[in-house]
Amino acid sequence: MSHITRHPLDVNDLLARVQGPERGGTCVFLGSVRNDDGVTAIDYSAYEQMADEEIARILGEAQRQWPDARVILQHRLGEIPAGEASIAIAAAAPHRDEAFTACRFVIEEVKKRLPIWKKEMFADGTTAWTDAQRQAKPTTR
Amino acid sequence: MTVSVRFFARYAELAGCTSSAVHVPMPATVGDVIAKVRELFPGTRIMPLRPLAALNRRQVKLDAAVNEGDEVALLPPISGG
Repeated sequence: MSHITRHPLDVNDLLARVQGPERGGTCVFLGSVRNDDGVTAIDYSAYEQMADEEIARILGEAQRQWPDARVILQHRLGEIPAGEASIAIAAAAPHRDEAFTACRFVIEEVKKRLPIWKKEMFADGTTAWTDAQRQAKPTTR
Repeated sequence: MTVSVRFFARYAELAGCTSSAVHVPMPATVGDVIAKVRELFPGTRIMPLRPLAALNRRQVKLDAAVNEGDEVALLPPISGG
């Protein structure tokens, strides 16, 4: 399964990939587009090959730290409307502590390491990169 | 030697393209490639002095050595998730 998709994320599919009778604790993290300042959607772009490889490395690190856990993640790219999820992480482990900790580890590493960028889209047709030093909001139309 | 360069997100807008190739004398570092990029693509001069960069799809420091055929990617501040 690719870690990158342009389709809506399917949490049930992720759950099916991590759950098992020996894993009694499962947690799911969903990161969704917020409607801050009138944002109607965010257009996500990535260096896809590098992002996919980096996700595999992050999941590998989680696997080494919590060998009994199963963790998976998918990141969605393209234009994602406010309220819909851009990232889903599912972690299952024998007990809840490892599930929560592994899930938290993965999202924090994602935030630091994945070459993915957001362009906010507003109702008036303007857009703004979220990394820009946020001069006046509009950058393009 | 020739090094391929890729631009992403806002940096692609600044450069006016998503990829190119630059020639730098050997030996060279990622920082040397970026200096050449600033020369060739004036729009990129407003990038931070030390932008995030990846060499062959791994994030590296700017003093990393580059070789013929390598790929340097210029990455705006990361904002995934």
